[in-house]
Amino acid sequence: MSEAAAAHADEHHEPYTSTGIPTKKVLMWAFLGSDCMFFGTLISTHLIYRKISATVGTNYLDIRDIFDIELTSFSTFILLASSLFMALAVSAIHKGNLNSTRWMLFGTIIFGGIFLACQVYEFTHFAYAPGNELTLSSYRGEPHVFGSTFFVLTGTHGTHVAIGVFWLLGWLAYSFTGKMSTADAMDIECCGLYWHFVDIVWIIIFPVVYLMEYAL
Amino acid sequence: MATESVKYVAPETKPKTLLDVFRRPDQHVTGIRDWLTTIDHKKIGLLYGLVALCSLIFGGMQALLIRSQLWAPNQELLTPREYNQMFTMHGTIMVFLVIMPLSAAFFNFVMPLQIGARDVAFPRLNALSLWCFVAGAIILNLSWFFTGGAPAIGWFAYSPLTDVRFEEVARDLGPDFWVFGIQVLGLASLLASFNFIATLINMRAPGMTMMRMPVFCWMTLVVSFLIILAFPAITIALVELMFDRNYGTNFYDFLEGGKPHLWQHLFWIFGHPEVYILILPAMGIVSEVVPTFSRKPLFGYGLVIFSGAIIGFMGFAVWSHHMFTTGMGIVATSAFSMLTMLIAIPTGVKIFNWIGTMWGGKIRFDTPMLFALGFITMFMVGGFTGIMHSSVPIDMQQQDTYFVVAHFHYVLIGGALFGLFCGFYFWLPKMTGRMLDEKMGKIVFTLMFIGFNTTFFPMHYLGMIGQPRRTHSYNAGNGFEMWNQIATVGAFILGIGILLGVIQFMRSFRDKSLKPAGKNPWDARSLEWTLSSPVKEYNFARTPIVKARDQAWENNYGPRELHSEKEPLDHHGVHMPDHSWYPLFTAIGFLVLVIGMLFHSSLGADGEIIRNYTVPIIGGIIAITSMIMWSLEGPGGYHLFPEEDEE
Ligand code: HEM
Ligand SMILES: [Cu+2]
Repeated sequence: MSEAAAAHADEHHEPYTSTGIPTKKVLMWAFLGSDCMFFGTLISTHLIYRKISATVGTNYLDIRDIFDIELTSFSTFILLASSLFMALAVSAIHKGNLNSTRWMLFGTIIFGGIFLACQVYEFTHFAYAPGNELTLSSYRGEPHVFGSTFFVLTGTHGTHVAIGVFWLLGWLAYSFTGKMSTADAMDIECCGLYWHFVDIVWIIIFPVVYLMEYAL
Repeated sequence: MATESVKYVAPETKPKTLLDVFRRPDQHVTGIRDWLTTIDHKKIGLLYGLVALCSLIFGGMQALLIRSQLWAPNQELLTPREYNQMFTMHGTIMVFLVIMPLSAAFFNFVMPLQIGARDVAFPRLNALSLWCFVAGAIILNLSWFFTGGAPAIGWFAYSPLTDVRFEEVARDLGPDFWVFGIQVLGLASLLASFNFIATLINMRAPGMTMMRMPVFCWMTLVVSFLIILAFPAITIALVELMFDRNYGTNFYDFLEGGKPHLWQHLFWIFGHPEVYILILPAMGIVSEVVPTFSRKPLFGYGLVIFSGAIIGFMGFAVWSHHMFTTGMGIVATSAFSMLTMLIAIPTGVKIFNWIGTMWGGKIRFDTPMLFALGFITMFMVGGFTGIMHSSVPIDMQQQDTYFVVAHFHYVLIGGALFGLFCGFYFWLPKMTGRMLDEKMGKIVFTLMFIGFNTTFFPMHYLGMIGQPRRTHSYNAGNGFEMWNQIATVGAFILGIGILLGVIQFMRSFRDKSLKPAGKNPWDARSLEWTLSSPVKEYNFARTPIVKARDQAWENNYGPRELHSEKEPLDHHGVHMPDHSWYPLFTAIGFLVLVIGMLFHSSLGADGEIIRNYTVPIIGGIIAITSMIMWSLEGPGGYHLFPEEDEE
């Protein structure tokens, strides 16, 4: 076989795809579809147990005693607002506006960080609330499942947010190398898809885990 | 310039220092470094196949031990605990380390060739899937060497068997190895499936529309969707179990408010789609082989695909047929019973399609076709018994007896394994460039067919007269003795058949005396048969422009306007991505992390639990660093300039 191995040096051109959709995006959508099932399983576990081992109504198991709904509403708002920054970051990089991209990424990271800080505060606060402790295995010293489903569900969501924050930090760092260009727009858009998805999941978790304890 | 010949000079590749060993290899790398860093879908496919075939031998030996223990009433060849460990490991290995990776081997090797692609969409991710799979296999099998030995919880790991409070051996690590092993294997399957979906949706050659894709590619797509939608359920179930065992949560702990029943639901929401994950690839293979050896196009192509998709879809709605005896209530039980009966319809449709394909065809009975016919008949038997226990009152009798064992071995060996062996006899010539010995193939088929039926047919009867499954021994005088002995004899015949087959596959890579295969030895129908055997590293010198379904066939026998064309030679040549170490390193990071998690806690002097996360953190750092390096190194690559027809 005759061959010549040219060292790469590829020009930039959009690679051909059958659907015209960038392949990374297809991958991301497939992953998000799968992630829906991850959260679906966790949320159903929570709802099933909520039904069969009630947390509201009986005296010693009223979970409202330790929920801090104002704080959680605030952090929910913050997380939703971060999605706006994310969308602006994507639009900025598409236009090639590096400076604005950088600031919007920064905003997303800060808001994500605030959300995480609230969650860390909430977790420690719950676990050490005097006389009211909610732990992985008990509530007020009694064996209970609420702590198990609550911490594992919201903790998994928090892990998703944290991964998102690190991913965005990666982009922020990259933006200072001088290599960032509109060619990265697609990758940042994928990151954005992930971020919005994690937000949407919280929009489900907040009513299902928190608000419902007040309504029903 | 395109076909200009440049003299090939092998650069110095012998690494001199340790650092050289781990430098990113260039295209001239050979030997072990090539295999460890490869991102070529064909080599990855072969590696999947190699590990899976070794696991098949290993899992088969465990099965023979199980059968030997059941040779006579009240034997003590294995202790009850050892017996439980054997059937747990046997089931887990056969499902996760044999059938799934064998399917993945074919997905990897064949699918990109069939759609005219250069590789899968994300070659390095593909390598990560492979190495995660290997890491999972290592974790699972390591369990034998630590406290408590292998898990003794069944492949279904029903709670409360996994509850720390009911352990036979204090601080038994077996179930933990099982939990983490399956978790890592699940990660491997998920990553591979994302990749296959992206490939099938986006990397098809021009003209290769969805409805021109070979059925095998369609089944790859359906199975990938099943995996990404079903594995999350088991992943979360395993996370919950991991928390229960390590951090005192109460998900499945009935003494503290949890419900063991939840595990069964989550397991079977995964478990039933999983059985279709195991069978659909084999159905795809058979749908390629039957038309080839009947010399007719597949009868009802659209219907075969549609029924495959329907099976995949409905597969999510029948899980509770594994739980008819748990007391779910009349409504749920009847609904699941009805849906289970319904799912038999699309399954039956496929059988009729294969029969319709053979009808009036010029059938050749080469080994692949024999296995395909074995598949169709044996799978039918398994399907019938499946429909039998979709009826609740009947299942109440059959649940947990050998009848169920007979059912799922007919679909898993007679179905999935026969289908995969069919795939080996069909595609190995494409992989090695050499034909397999027909005589040997027929011996393997005969041994497997006879051995398989001798082993498992009597189990129908044993189940109906009441022999329970998952039970270490039985008393004399129940009429079990003779049939158990027949089954054991059959198992050894089957074992010899499989062993001979595996040896034949492995040897065909080396044995120079075998006949060369040429491009299209079977006169087969899809694109991979337009390439030389073995396939060149770049697959297609020029991207094909597809004009028809069954393109290879149309090229030989079809009208002119249906012959495929080729894109003009690109003056850039064929772009090949570089090898990479990082997929392997990332998987090693995961392996260290998991091993660390398995041993992170110890008992202090006063019986309190001491936790030490050093090793898991080191593992995590290895994995994350590798991933960062991975994204920084980029795909890299070089160009090859094949001659016009060097395909
Ligand atoms: C016609 C389609 C099928 C129907 C109606 C069907 C129905 C059933 C039912 C009702 C059971 C539960 C029996 C019991 O535990 O009492 C069962 C068990 C099982 N089936 Fe099927 N099945 C079908 C096809 C398949 C296929 C294609 C596979 C795999 C390739 C499969 C693998 C299994 C396995 C592994 C079990 C036993 C699981 C365990 O308890 O460990 N089945 N089947
Ligand atoms: Cu099932």
